[in-house]
Amino acid sequence: MSDIVRTSKIQEIAYECKVEEAMTKDVITVAPSDTMVDVWMKLRDKRISGLPVVSEGNLMGIISVEDFIKCIIKGRKYEQVKNNMTTHIEFIYSDEPLIHVFKKFEKHRFGRFPVKERDTKKLVGIITKGDVIRCLLKRLEKDYYEEETQKNRMENIFHDIKSDKTTVILKYHVKGKEFKKAGEKSSLLKNALLRLGIATEITRRIVIASMETEMNIIIFTDGGEITIWVEEDKIKVNAVDSGPGIPDVEKAMIPGYSTAPDWVREMGFGAGMGLPNIKNCTDEMKIDSKIGKGTSLEFIVNMKK
Amino acid sequence: MNIHKVKQIINAEVICGEELLDMNLKMGCGCDLMSHILAHINHDSGSVLLLTGLTNPQVIYTSDAVDIKVICFVRGKRPDDDVVKLANERGVVLMCTQLPLFESCGKLYKEGLRGISENV
Ligand SMILES: Nc1ncnc2c1ncn2[C@@H]1O[C@H](COP(=O)(O)OP(=O)(O)OP(=O)(O)O)[C@@H](O)[C@H]1O
Ligand SMILES: [Mg+2]
Repeated sequence: MSDIVRTSKIQEIAYECKVEEAMTKDVITVAPSDTMVDVWMKLRDKRISGLPVVSEGNLMGIISVEDFIKCIIKGRKYEQVKNNMTTHIEFIYSDEPLIHVFKKFEKHRFGRFPVKERDTKKLVGIITKGDVIRCLLKRLEKDYYEEETQKNRMENIFHDIKSDKTTVILKYHVKGKEFKKAGEKSSLLKNALLRLGIATEITRRIVIASMETEMNIIIFTDGGEITIWVEEDKIKVNAVDSGPGIPDVEKAMIPGYSTAPDWVREMGFGAGMGLPNIKNCTDEMKIDSKIGKGTSLEFIVNMKK
Repeated sequence: MNIHKVKQIINAEVICGEELLDMNLKMGCGCDLMSHILAHINHDSGSVLLLTGLTNPQVIYTSDAVDIKVICFVRGKRPDDDVVKLANERGVVLMCTQLPLFESCGKLYKEGLRGISENV
């Protein structure tokens, strides 16, 4: 992107964002009756260089490091704030756009402006250059993120590719007992399906079923392979593993039936809900299992017209 | 209720996704069983807040599968950096609160966050 576009983007945000969004709301203040020593302790502890003077929510003045130094020189550090503060205050209203703050920083040499609410005229915040920059960056990042996701949301691939039959085949290898990465392949599948332009509802059903399948392969087997055929009217998934097989498939399908060990439960799985959930999420499901050999699980989700 | 409000009600700290706190939440689900999340979060899960005591990577993968975008860890649990990275890559907001699961859920429910079976 060219500099010109970037500049106008920042200007655009500066006109759009209100002071309210960028300002610091927890303002550190002093009272008119506080002493200059109180001022100095606050400035030192909070590492700032100026404080608004507030009485009953109303902004009475501004007191700075400079004011304190002047008092020290004159030997008057126990004097009250109200006799030493600046009463000519440059402030800004919370509903003004950020661009006004920019202009104010250009015009005055102050490092911060108190923010007032227009109706009540009470102090509601304070704004520094740092606050403005943070706000701009946050907005830029958000806009950028939205742009990116927009770009990745492709048209359905089957609208673009002309053939008598198009099939996209995806394959994922799943290692057994590698619990740390359990779920990673299903997450990759989700991105792939969205990238192919598959509707989110269909994608979700496939990904939930695939996640259950992936977990089962990792928890109960020595490893396997998940293959996905994406076609215009349906998505078919086949998962084969290399054992130990399911002794009683009918029993395994009963909600709540699980042979998962305790460590799996501690990780939040093993409730015996996986296989029934796959059945719920899909239009067709079939299990073939041979003891000692392995299990083949197949399921299909039809694209809705 | 937006995430700022949630943060305030259960005194939570944001771990990542600070820029997404304006997102609106309608329902909450307090759960340490990922099997349950996979089986029962069906639709409109973009507005579901998951509260859990688990901090493993599968919490993120499971949430990703059902499109949950906001997760709060309870009882002061904090996830490892690799889990935060997974959340960041997916635009998922992570928070943590010192409160136990029951109290976190109770406070949020009282303030108007609904349950997933109420289907709002
Ligand atoms: N690929 C497989 N190979 C061998 N056994 C399996 C396989 N898949 C499932 N099983 C057996 O079937 C049982 C039921 O599986 P299901 O996925 O329904 O529940 P679970 O995995 O135990 O718990 P959950 O899925 O709720 O975390 C398992 O406990 C296990 O004994
Ligand atoms: Mg399972």
